[in-house]
Amino acid sequence: MTAAVYAARKKINTLLVSGDIGGQGLTTWLVENYMGYQFIEGRELMQKFEEQVKQFPTDVKVEVGKRAERLSRVGGGFEVRTDRGETYQAKAVIVATGKRPRQLNIPGEKELLGRGVTYCAICDGPLFADVKVAVIGGGNSALEAVDDMVKIADHVYLVSLTPLTGDQILIDKAKSANNLTIFLEYEVLEINGKSRVEGIKIRDLKSKQEKELDVGGVFVEIGLIPNSELVKQLVTPNRLGEIMVDCGSETGVPGFFAAGDVTSVPDKQIVVAAGEGAKAALQAHRYLQRLSK
Amino acid sequence: MAREVKIYTTPTCPYCRMAKKFLDDNGVKYQEFDIAKDKAAREEMKNKCNSLAVPTICFGSEVLVGFNEAELRKKLGL
Repeated sequence: MTAAVYAARKKINTLLVSGDIGGQGLTTWLVENYMGYQFIEGRELMQKFEEQVKQFPTDVKVEVGKRAERLSRVGGGFEVRTDRGETYQAKAVIVATGKRPRQLNIPGEKELLGRGVTYCAICDGPLFADVKVAVIGGGNSALEAVDDMVKIADHVYLVSLTPLTGDQILIDKAKSANNLTIFLEYEVLEINGKSRVEGIKIRDLKSKQEKELDVGGVFVEIGLIPNSELVKQLVTPNRLGEIMVDCGSETGVPGFFAAGDVTSVPDKQIVVAAGEGAKAALQAHRYLQRLSK
Repeated sequence: MAREVKIYTTPTCPYCRMAKKFLDDNGVKYQEFDIAKDKAAREEMKNKCNSLAVPTICFGSEVLVGFNEAELRKKLGL
């Protein structure tokens, strides 16, 4: 969205195509490190971004509810195909498709999705009032889910493959809860239940001892994977699946820029992604100027 | 639209807002239940719709969990 605003201010005829407006920002409960706001809900910040994009109705056309599925070269420019089969052509493209939740890929996960297995703690948290739940993961998202769920659930088990990797402020906050049990260096083997989640089986990585936890909800917060599949015809993502970019947001394919969490730029933060979006739009503007000469 | 559409939501769920906006934009009338506050609705969603996620959209015997615009469009005949 920042790229769209910067493009609009350069009077570039811009199309914004996205499945939603806000992406991962929508499922972030509280943002406490976006400058200008001491704290703001993720969805509210994304609404403000959207309002800012809509300040430029003549320069930016917004198409929501359509996910870009394939990007290819056509003539001297690019073609984007969406999941609804539409195609759009452009002289330059900025891919800022972000990331999506990583899955555990264990038995029971798919079968019990929406029946106790969830990837959206802020959506589904209230459903688990007075129930025992497990949060899987050791990073900031998992710790934020723990912080939410200790206030709602009867008891919370935090299960992490590694020592906790989130910010110390979140670790300290989570550890102060008296209805939390932490299992570090444990893997989740399976999620059990017939029509709903009834428990999980975990295993200590060192002793190999297995344990059953009686839970009614499983919050999977084990990180994210880049939504980079659409560019595979044009570039090869790095081993993490990210689109590799240089400090000018360039991908190596003239006219194709990328920004935000989908790229190899370190530190996946809203403030970083917004800055990268601005850079990509300015670079795209320079590219278009060179083309028209 | 004659059929009764129910949507179960939580106030913090962005996909619930997207689903409601879609229904509003398409002129579909619905009844909303905030399951964070309404315990009876929470139980109804769990037991009648066999769902533990929001948004859950129920109409007739159909239950849709999550917001999938294409599927919702198809099921509602839009």
